[in-house]
Amino acid sequence: MKLSNIFNRRNRILLAELVRTDFKLRYQASTLGYLWSILNPLLLFSILYTVFDLFLGIGKGIEHYPVYLLLGIILWRFFMEATNNGLRAIVQRGGLLRKINFPKYIVVISGTISSLINLSLNLLVVLAFILINGVSLSWSALFIIPLVLELYAFALAISFFLSAVNVKFRDVGYLWDVFLQAAFYATPIIYPITMIASKSDLIAKILLINPVAQVIQDARYVLVTHDSITLFSMVGNKLYTLAPFIIIAVVAVVATLYFKKSSVKFAEHV
Amino acid sequence: MKKVKTETAIEVRNVFKTFKIPLDGGRNIKQRIVQIFKKNKGYREFSPLNGISFTINKGEFFGIVGRNGSGKSTLLKTMAGIYSADKGSIKVNGKLVPFIELGVGFNGELTGRENVYLNGALLGFSRDEIANMYDEIVEFAELHDFMEEQLKNYSSGMQVRLAFSIAIQAKGDILLLDEVLAVGDSAFQQKCYDYFGKLKRSGRTVVLVTHNMTAVEQYCSKALLLENGKVLAIGTNIQIAEKYREIFIPDAAKANATDNAKKVHRTQGGLKIEAVDIVQGDVSTTVLRAFEPFTIRVTFRSDKKIGPGACGVNIVNSRNVLVLATGTGGRYDDELSIKEGLSSIEFIVKQNIFTEDNYSINLAFARGDKNSSQELIYQETEVIKFSIRGVVSRPHSLVHPEVDVAIYKGKT
Repeated sequence: MKLSNIFNRRNRILLAELVRTDFKLRYQASTLGYLWSILNPLLLFSILYTVFDLFLGIGKGIEHYPVYLLLGIILWRFFMEATNNGLRAIVQRGGLLRKINFPKYIVVISGTISSLINLSLNLLVVLAFILINGVSLSWSALFIIPLVLELYAFALAISFFLSAVNVKFRDVGYLWDVFLQAAFYATPIIYPITMIASKSDLIAKILLINPVAQVIQDARYVLVTHDSITLFSMVGNKLYTLAPFIIIAVVAVVATLYFKKSSVKFAEHV
Repeated sequence: MKKVKTETAIEVRNVFKTFKIPLDGGRNIKQRIVQIFKKNKGYREFSPLNGISFTINKGEFFGIVGRNGSGKSTLLKTMAGIYSADKGSIKVNGKLVPFIELGVGFNGELTGRENVYLNGALLGFSRDEIANMYDEIVEFAELHDFMEEQLKNYSSGMQVRLAFSIAIQAKGDILLLDEVLAVGDSAFQQKCYDYFGKLKRSGRTVVLVTHNMTAVEQYCSKALLLENGKVLAIGTNIQIAEKYREIFIPDAAKANATDNAKKVHRTQGGLKIEAVDIVQGDVSTTVLRAFEPFTIRVTFRSDKKIGPGACGVNIVNSRNVLVLATGTGGRYDDELSIKEGLSSIEFIVKQNIFTEDNYSINLAFARGDKNSSQELIYQETEVIKFSIRGVVSRPHSLVHPEVDVAIYKGKT
């Protein structure tokens, strides 16, 4: 397959149509429909605000902590949803794969893109809270775009790998669920990374090498508060800041090769 | 005379395909580990295609025929690029549109209109292109009033109509059609066949996979006969249809003979069936020619005198539909009186209107005459199996009397 063919006319048409369908079906049976993409983070924020700010008082050292928390959770939920959609994409479209030949990666991309659209809507809500909380935004806030793309690239790479494995081993979905639960606590989302750093500086650094953690901390830094500890500010040798990108690149290469090799037989195995 | 250069549409060269079929699932990690310890491969190999080569030229209506399991569908799916060949190559020249199944990717939650666009995108058509065909699609499907309704509210017939309508409006260079297209009610089948006729005249390249030799003779220009994943013959439609029947008919005879030989007739109520024969043109056979009369002869032995009774014969087709119920007694004059020893009854079927199919005969005897209540004393199903062959046109109807067609111009 030539690289120029990846997004040729036919594939673009198909991708657009699949994304459109996913989006239409997403809130199909609900009365409020698309509004849920906005309402959901809104309600989540009120819960976080009540629990963490009013009752627990965690994160007192970080300004705008509820927004800080909201942004982290929304980015995490995007990562979770995108990989889960991606993981199931091939098996879910099994009936289709057995009847018609089309580029298999399209369904993985379409599955993750609908999560990306959802994230964009969610981020609008976050933005509203950021402004309400009186955070002064600078042009550096635009860095959120490459950060989201970085996170998307990571989620997509993982999706390619998992969706292909899932065709052969259906247990992958359950394993990934458990893994994500563990990873949620290994990522500084609800707790500030300083809590870890005060116990072990090394562990805090290792946790931040995780691309998801790096993206979340950077996003908080550019959007919410400079109190957010980023990988860049934490490590002495700035070369270490490349580590998350290397991880993403390695996952992407392995995933692409594996997906390409096994996609030839999807129609038989699925 | 101008020489027309024949261009190749599809070239299949020495294609092999083997599937690994997992034994008892084998889809989860536990089973895989168990298989490793058992030194069990965990799958068996199945090779539906064993070195297939042929060429289809542009403008040909090409039939692929063969029995169930001969590799037809695998071949079609490999040509469509759904499966990849293990060995060999397939070259396709032009835009190929496969219809392995109608309504691929249909989603019940979407409206008819949305499904048209989705289905179109799967076949490689843009929204603009679909928009141009949209009116024709709706018109052909006769679904004007339903396009904004969710597909799940459609009847199955409506869904098939919509799917078929998209299929025929899709303008590809090469069409791959599976015989599954020709299922559905008879009106829809007729629509399919009419469409095949239209396709043939249009000069498009079509590949049709089918069991139906009538379709091959009517629509195909060339055909290929597959058996055990190998090309048994390639030739004109007529040659291949004849070859298919030649191979298929002895098969029916063999299958009937095996089944009939295995049949053990039990003794019930003092009655024992000695033989059930079918005779056509003085020859005892189980593969009968269509339209010609035949005789069913039942020979039985009774260990005592039973007296007045009746013998009933039911003939059911391969779908277990009762096609003929007949027997002695009732309004027939020749009342049966069962005596001790050997007797035989002949049922002469004067008008053979059985269509091409496989049939079996169920047999029953009753004691008593029409004036008293009858008591069933002997009952057995499938006492003999037979087949009818040689209905060329539309063998799928329930019965098939000889029909002459006359066409007159103007008023008669």
